[in-house]
Amino acid sequence: MESRRNPRAVVDPKVRQVGFFTSSQPDSTHQPDPIASESHPVVSRNSLSPVMIPPPRHNSSDTFPLRAASAVSPSSFSYSTRRDFPDGSTTAASPGRVSRGSFSKPSSSSLPGVGMDSMAAAKSSSVPASGLTTVSVVVNMPPGLSEKESDQKKNSKPLKEKTTKAERRALQEAQRAAKAAAKAEGGKAPLVSSGSVASTNVKAAKPAKPSSQKNDVAVAAAAGPSEKKGGQTEKDRKKDAPHPRMQYDDESRVVKAKRRAVVKQTEAKNRVELFRHLPQYEHGTQLPDLETKFFQLDPMHPAVYKVGLQYLSGDISGGNARCIAMLQAFQEVVKDYSTPSEKTLNRDMTAKISSYVSFLIECRPLSVSMGNAIRFVKNRIAKLPITLSESEAKAALQSDIERFINEKIIMADTVIVKHAVTKIRDGDVLLTYGSPTAVEMVLLHAHELGKKFRVLVVDSRPKLEGQLLLRRLIKRGINCTYTHINAISYIMHEVTKVFLGASSVLSNGTVYSRVGTACVAMVASAFRVPVLVCCEAYKFHERVQLDSICSNELGDPNAISKVHGREDINYLDGLTNNANLQFLNLMYDATPSDYISMIITDYGMVPPTSVPVIVREYQKEHMLV
Amino acid sequence: MWRRSASFILDRTSNPSSPPMANNTTTQTPFQNPDAISAYYQTRAAHHHGVITSDWLAQAQAAVEQPPDDEDSSVSDHGNYEKSFDVIDEFNGWRKQPDLAEAVAAIRALAAVIRASEATTMMELEIELKKASDTLKSWDKTSISLTAGCDLFIRYVTRTSALEYEDFNSAKSRLLERAEKFGEISCKARKIIAMLSQDFIFDGCTILVHGLSRVVLEVLKTAAQNNKLFRVLCTEGRPDGTGVLLSNELSKLDIPVKLLLDSAVAYSMDEVDMVFVGADGVVESGGIINMMGTYQIALVAHSMNKPVYVAAESYKFARLYPLDQKDMAPALRPIEFGVKIPAKVEVERSARDYTPPQYLTLLFTDLGVLSPSVVSDELIQLYL
Repeated sequence: MESRRNPRAVVDPKVRQVGFFTSSQPDSTHQPDPIASESHPVVSRNSLSPVMIPPPRHNSSDTFPLRAASAVSPSSFSYSTRRDFPDGSTTAASPGRVSRGSFSKPSSSSLPGVGMDSMAAAKSSSVPASGLTTVSVVVNMPPGLSEKESDQKKNSKPLKEKTTKAERRALQEAQRAAKAAAKAEGGKAPLVSSGSVASTNVKAAKPAKPSSQKNDVAVAAAAGPSEKKGGQTEKDRKKDAPHPRMQYDDESRVVKAKRRAVVKQTEAKNRVELFRHLPQYEHGTQLPDLETKFFQLDPMHPAVYKVGLQYLSGDISGGNARCIAMLQAFQEVVKDYSTPSEKTLNRDMTAKISSYVSFLIECRPLSVSMGNAIRFVKNRIAKLPITLSESEAKAALQSDIERFINEKIIMADTVIVKHAVTKIRDGDVLLTYGSPTAVEMVLLHAHELGKKFRVLVVDSRPKLEGQLLLRRLIKRGINCTYTHINAISYIMHEVTKVFLGASSVLSNGTVYSRVGTACVAMVASAFRVPVLVCCEAYKFHERVQLDSICSNELGDPNAISKVHGREDINYLDGLTNNANLQFLNLMYDATPSDYISMIITDYGMVPPTSVPVIVREYQKEHMLV
Repeated sequence: MWRRSASFILDRTSNPSSPPMANNTTTQTPFQNPDAISAYYQTRAAHHHGVITSDWLAQAQAAVEQPPDDEDSSVSDHGNYEKSFDVIDEFNGWRKQPDLAEAVAAIRALAAVIRASEATTMMELEIELKKASDTLKSWDKTSISLTAGCDLFIRYVTRTSALEYEDFNSAKSRLLERAEKFGEISCKARKIIAMLSQDFIFDGCTILVHGLSRVVLEVLKTAAQNNKLFRVLCTEGRPDGTGVLLSNELSKLDIPVKLLLDSAVAYSMDEVDMVFVGADGVVESGGIINMMGTYQIALVAHSMNKPVYVAAESYKFARLYPLDQKDMAPALRPIEFGVKIPAKVEVERSARDYTPPQYLTLLFTDLGVLSPSVVSDELIQLYL
């Protein structure tokens, strides 16, 4: 990994400088995960959900455990050092740079001193090896820093104005840090309640972060100031590409988002370093809190709130179901909407939708299908002619959403079923994994048509979604076999075809789907069994993903550590808080296109290489339709 | 039949009862092929049974210049209720021309349907065309290029007819024009392909050819005319005996030819520089459906790192997507072994196989030199 980082550090010096040095920020979260920061530039190029409003979550809390001890002293130092620096770091275009300046000095003089310093200290103490590396980097900074700062000065003028804002912010942070210092003495305060501490500490950390974030086309945070954080190139890039997913190790943005949070999420402890850029919370803590807040949700619409809670609790899962639930909630929103005075319907409604989306993101990260649907809705709102009256506009919007659901999801599914059943022959043994809605429809329809085949349902922990599919198939009288994914190579020899579902198909033909799909596809291709992926075209996306790491979703780690209903094998009971043990519960994985034989969409049966063609030709169309 | 006279078309129109083909019962039952034997392959077999010489070809072509008028008159004679009859007759008529591909013959037949149609609205015309095309397709379900050609033409028509604001007659004439042009383009397709492939044939190369494709023949002819020095290895091509026919043709062009047994392909693959095949159909995945044995040769070539080039016109692109060899409509043909086979012994009679795209290097088409994954792009753009 190290070697991977270095070349990138060289490739784009302007962006890199910021990123590279800020990644060396003594932020304990960064240190241990150099890859995350490294991957930022790559990741940021990924355009994911266009509706990336900065989610309120931040991962500062997960750094707390490590930083707790050192949080105390550093804060005071940070305060002082930060004060010193604003002048020196005028060139720094962002808070990050400010702190960078602040870093370099203390790092050379005394590590524990610097604001981000708490991180530095913590880092050096808790993660010696990496800490050292960072330290050394940081140490090297001072001489180079001035050059860099001057470079940055040259680089982009907009950065300059940010500096002043950053300066101001830095001052604010310093003051808050002082306050927090006292509080922080008490040790790690409960994460939620110590919001202020969190935010201050995080803000302290912010200086380090922002730069790293900045380099990843930082942009994503839709908040005004954070938007400016990116340099000019990033601005340009922002115009071209949809917002990248927010990286949760970007503390500054996370903090900003948290300020607007409706859902108070508590960061999970013991996170795997490689996945620090993904949000991870403790499950089960938010629901009661949110439920009590149900009657105080002024800005939030009840339908959206309900859907959000359903996502949180896992009642609604699966790309299509989530998307339809969300769109129906939006229909309710449109129905109940009335334009406030002095505002135009277009802008106000878009803003409202954006805020609802950020709430939904707080509950559970958006799937690609939801992202595309949101893009469609916003597009339709924007295209509403000004001359329409409010009721007409509302009616038009509602019918548009209705049409989207009908055409892109429901009818698309019927077309997919129609194509797919032609590939099922008598005597086939079909394997499926998990519980994809499209595949279920195909199997049921084929059975109705009287084809003789049997189904092999492969399942995996912790979700055990295959059992739901199994019940539904058996009720209809289909001959089924059930097994877990560890037996896949054992049964693959008797399989004639594999049908898989997808959460999304990306432009390079990669199928992004429930974790375990890649395994199934790989084993199938090793046995020369054709793999057919059934996916509606609205789930296609123009981004490209090469691995399952840079963009994913982390589930509840407790689900892995415990086996529900089997107390006798809960060997990991006492170990969930052990610092040496980290749980990783990934929800998605990426299957390379080589393992896929064909993709069945509502545009017909196409090879995986044709996905970008469909995206190119028809996504535009459906936006305008 | 063929041997009797080159101007068989004239014979046929004046004498509709005379069986045009010795072993083909199609004229008696124009609506279906009785034995479920692929008429497509039968035709090609019939083609090959005769000794087709290039002089004969030239004669046939000359004779072919006249038919349009004859066809027209015969068409108008038949009247409305025999519309579908017309199509098959037309089609057969056109098909007789040895140099005309099936799909082009179908397109020309459909153009004749338009000409003879008495519909008064575009919708009616479209319906008529659809019916005619369905009839043609059902006449031989196994021929991919026929199906693909018909579909393509219908697509062409529906796209044109989207411009509704014109009055019917001008729209109809424009359709006819397009049909003619389409026919012409398809005819010229071979020349374009031959031209494109010249860059890939270098002096001193050895080309392995399988099956008797008129496109590949054109490619080699053009190369010879451009004074390139190369030699050709052709597989025997049982049971059709395509190898012998091809070697006849090539020797006339003074191209050094060597005949191989079908089983000697791997043995000789070392000395081969490239493999050239035609295609009966190009499927959506980028693979091809061609005469039995193509898959084998492609596999051997791929494992020995020899490029496999496919020469196919663009009207052969079909919206099929076979997952494996058995995933296609079966096309059976009778195979004679020369000795008696006991009744209990089964014979694999399939006439064609499917070559997946990973074994093909490039496709030479009239749309240009394409890689196999582009086929789907083209199909999506055309059909959706």
